[in-house]
Parts: sequence; C-alpha cells; structure tokens
Amino acid sequence: MNILGEIVFWVFVLLTIGSSMVVVFHSRIIYSAFALLFTFFGIAGLYVFLAADFLAASQVLIYVGGILTLIIFGVFMTTKITTLSIPQLTHHRYIALIPIGLVFYALVHMIFKTSWPVNVLDVGPTTQMLGQLLLTKYLVPFELASVLLLAALVGAMRLARMFREAD
Amino acid sequence: MHCLDSYLFVSAAMFVLGLLAVVTRKNAVSILMGIELMLNAGALNFVAFSRFSTANLDGHVAALFILIIAAAEAAVALAIFLNLYRLKATSEVDKANLLRG
Repeated sequence: MNILGEIVFWVFVLLTIGSSMVVVFHSRIIYSAFALLFTFFGIAGLYVFLAADFLAASQVLIYVGGILTLIIFGVFMTTKITTLSIPQLTHHRYIALIPIGLVFYALVHMIFKTSWPVNVLDVGPTTQMLGQLLLTKYLVPFELASVLLLAALVGAMRLARMFREAD
Repeated sequence: MHCLDSYLFVSAAMFVLGLLAVVTRKNAVSILMGIELMLNAGALNFVAFSRFSTANLDGHVAALFILIIAAAEAAVALAIFLNLYRLKATSEVDKANLLRG
C-alpha cells in the first residue's frame, strides 16, 4: 500500500467517525440526517479498501439512495419547521457517557489485545462469487429475505394508511 | 499498512456512537439513525473479518443481509413514527405512553 493510499484511507476513517459524531451530538436533527450521508459514504469508501466492490456499490445505492431518503422524509414529516432548532438531547446525556465510555474502552482493549487469526483473502471482483453463494449456500436465507422485504413493504403501507382510511 | 485492527477500531467507535444516540436522544428519528450507525458498524466488522481473517466471502453475505434488514426496519419504523406523529403531534419517544396504565 503506497503512501497516497494510506492518506485516503485515514481521510475515510476521519470522515466516518467525524460525521458519526455530528449525527450523535448535533442538536438539530436535520443536520444529523445530512451528516449520516457522509458516514454512509465513508463506510462505502472503507468497503472499497476492503476489496468489497459489490458491497460498496450497494451501500451507496441502498443506504444513501433508499434509507437516508426515508430518514430525511421522516424528519420532514414529523418535525415542525419551527421546532427544528430545539435541542433533541435528554438531560441524562452526561450520565450516559460514563457506561458507554466503559463499553468503548472494553471494546478497544479487546481489539488490540486479541491476536486475530490472519488469513488474508485476495480475490478479484466479488460480484460473481457473491451471486453463486447467494444461490447455493445461502439460498434459504436469501429467499426468506425477499419474503421479509415483501412483508415489510405491505406492513409499512398498511401502517402509514391506517388513519387515512379511518378519517 | 492498515490492518484488521484499524477497521475494528472504526467499527467500535461507530457502534459506541450509535449506542450513545439510542440512549440519549429523545427524537424517534434520531434513535433510528443511531440504530443505523450500529448496523453499519456490525456490517463493517463482518467485511473486515472476511477480508483479513476467514478468507472467504461469508462475511460479505452477512453484510448484505444486514443491508436488507436495515432497509426493511427503516421502512416499518418510519410508518410507525408517522402514526405516532398523527396521534400525539410529536416524534419524541417519551410522549408515546398510550399503553401506560
């Protein structure tokens, strides 16, 4: 890995963690929603560094194109423009920092103390292999996932229209 | 050379930030964003281990399923938030106390 690759990698790391902090700590929810966009892009960049080309593309397509659009739509539907600037945090913010800091310490301690098995995967484009895995080894979870998506689609439409029909 | 540890560190930081959002935020949409952060952290872990540790593509498939679950969850969650907003004219989870005796 050359020096330019290192720089780009750490830029993606900083982008991901920095925008996650904006998501968590910014008092205006719409700024949080847009910071989530940069988090998802940072994760997609990290997927590229992990040689997961198909996942990077679907991360951008599904998270940025689908889920983030839904979230921003939800922000606009459930927040009055006049209340956008009201701080969204609770009073227990600083109490919560202590146990969550402990969790973070435990996780980081575990990550750097464990000697993980090293077994580097070096393949080319992953799309074909992923497709074969999804239709052989993971066929049943794949089909179940499509049933789940259909159920979520129908359920979400039913929930969203429940009161409109009653009116 | 960045290795497994750096990816695991990013993932741990994202997971903890998502947990903090879920615990401290009042707004339901903010809590959903925290859950999305945690799901992303888990998916990143799967892909990092798939690249550096297990040397097969099972982790990629797991990350793909996380993507599917996140999409389904976001759709249903936002439908619920819309109903909460119609009932209570707010999206704060503290106000969702219809079932309190």
